Amino acid sequence: MSSLDGSTGPLQGLTLPAPPREEQPVRVDRDAQAPRPRRRRKKRRKNWIGWLFAAPAAIMYAVFVLRPLATSIQYSFYDWDGITVGTFVGLDNYVRVFTDPQLLSSIGHAFFLIIFFTVIPVSIALLVAGLIRELRSKGLGKLAQTLLFIPYVIPAAAAAIAWSWMYATTGAVNQFLTVIGLEAVTRAWLGDAGWALPAVGLIGTWINLGFCTILLMSGIGKIDASLYEAAKLDGAGFFQTFRAITLPGLRQEIGVCVTITIIAALASFDIVFMSTQGGPGYSTMVPGVQVYQLGFTESRIGLASALALVLSALVLAVILPLQKFFREK
Amino acid sequence: MQTSKSTQIPGVALLLLAMAFSVFPLLSMLSTALQPQGSVPLGLSWPADPQWHNFVDAWKVADITTLAGSSLLLVLGVVPVGVLLATMAGYALGQLRVPGGAIFFMLLLLGLTLPFEVTIVPLYYQIRDMGLLNTRLGLILPLIGLNMPFAVFWMRAHFLNAPAELSEASSMDGANAWQSFRAIHLPLALPSIASLALLMFISTWNQFLLAIVLMDDPEKRTMAGALQNFVGQYSTDVVLLNAGSLLIMAPMILVFLFFQRHIVKAMLAGSVKG
Repeated sequence: MSSLDGSTGPLQGLTLPAPPREEQPVRVDRDAQAPRPRRRRKKRRKNWIGWLFAAPAAIMYAVFVLRPLATSIQYSFYDWDGITVGTFVGLDNYVRVFTDPQLLSSIGHAFFLIIFFTVIPVSIALLVAGLIRELRSKGLGKLAQTLLFIPYVIPAAAAAIAWSWMYATTGAVNQFLTVIGLEAVTRAWLGDAGWALPAVGLIGTWINLGFCTILLMSGIGKIDASLYEAAKLDGAGFFQTFRAITLPGLRQEIGVCVTITIIAALASFDIVFMSTQGGPGYSTMVPGVQVYQLGFTESRIGLASALALVLSALVLAVILPLQKFFREK
Repeated sequence: MQTSKSTQIPGVALLLLAMAFSVFPLLSMLSTALQPQGSVPLGLSWPADPQWHNFVDAWKVADITTLAGSSLLLVLGVVPVGVLLATMAGYALGQLRVPGGAIFFMLLLLGLTLPFEVTIVPLYYQIRDMGLLNTRLGLILPLIGLNMPFAVFWMRAHFLNAPAELSEASSMDGANAWQSFRAIHLPLALPSIASLALLMFISTWNQFLLAIVLMDDPEKRTMAGALQNFVGQYSTDVVLLNAGSLLIMAPMILVFLFFQRHIVKAMLAGSVKG
């Protein structure tokens, strides 16, 4: 399935191996076929021994992810500067998160970024996949894969530097606008309070567009070609075919793109931190950078923790229904 | 299957546009990096006399040798251990079906969704209290923990599909769980393990937030983390900044080009599994 050995997988060019099936019926049967209590008891004891295999991973995860998470919940009820003894303040930090206009606006910015991180890349990727459907040129497919994937594998911090230069006063964006006669709109994009947030968002588009395009193009190759033939015979146009066959057929892949990119938008840190640090003023502040500043610059650990937990809750509140929507037929 | 020409042409045009969009910023960096140092170049203008030695200078001022060395040390600390732990845990969840495994799995799924920022502040104090702040070990251990959700998820998916008859046959031969893991399941899992190692390598190398929080010394950070310091130092020299940033990106681009088929396949499969 996830084989590295190219010969075992069907992946050539832009096709994707089918996702693994979850529970296999074979094993469900196994318990039913083991009616003798002695054997079952032995089996259970053996299974507990299996925890020896899972324990190291579980411990690392518990110590370095779950424990900080629990500590974060504890911190969020305190007013603490990281040095002196903290004071218990109940829900004050949470009240602050939901009433402070600055903190609220950072959450609003994160949701705004979804347009650039998710909506635009997924729409373009869908359009490309739906229009091309089957790329006959292997060479172009390979080149597309290479070029489109590079933004996704380089560090996001590096992407931010590349784009900071693109957006600079003498950068390529303004140069391009001048060439096409739009010199009047040139500006230092990241320094303009009205344009900085969409400009930062476009960096997210740059990172996610290729990944979504490749994923959807490989997904559309798995849709039964006879469906398209039938639609063609019925005289269905592009948009009818798109709605009736492509969209339902790509449901799972679209779900993956949407989920991954929404998490990236809501939890963005690297890009914003490296390009604008949340500025100018407060115009590109996102919760991730705000948590960092509250926690490490302003030493307001409790408030930082409360904001981080609210952000986590929002991510779950958005992702869980989406998962459900994209899973069910 | 015959695709109608009328949609192929705009589709390919759009694809070419997306490809151009993907490389354009990198070309802009490259053209700038080759300008004379200290000049104030335009965003995209191929220099008449490309200054390739800018890369040599940037290599020295950014101290790429040291940076690549410490990134590599981190990767060597994280990936082998992380992959081993995840493989064992995936075996326990996918093959042995340990009791309570479903709860463990749900907790891992939570970790896949959680924004990482939620743990970073407490993690800083925890690592400080363990006396590991600004040490490589203090960065390696959390990185292993952080990689666990995806890694265990990935290996569990492999072991769910591995035939159970194998363990049954070997347990009849008197092999214990460890023996049948070592002798039978581990060799079969090698392709999955190799893909996981590649993905973990990329995620470790690109880790930014953890590196800037837990490591004061930029030279001991990941290469991505070192960028922060580099930008602070050379923000005024556009040419050197671009040359240095390209050098910092280069290892990941080279690794990608070299393992492209495997990486793309693993990333697509991994995301669909997730």
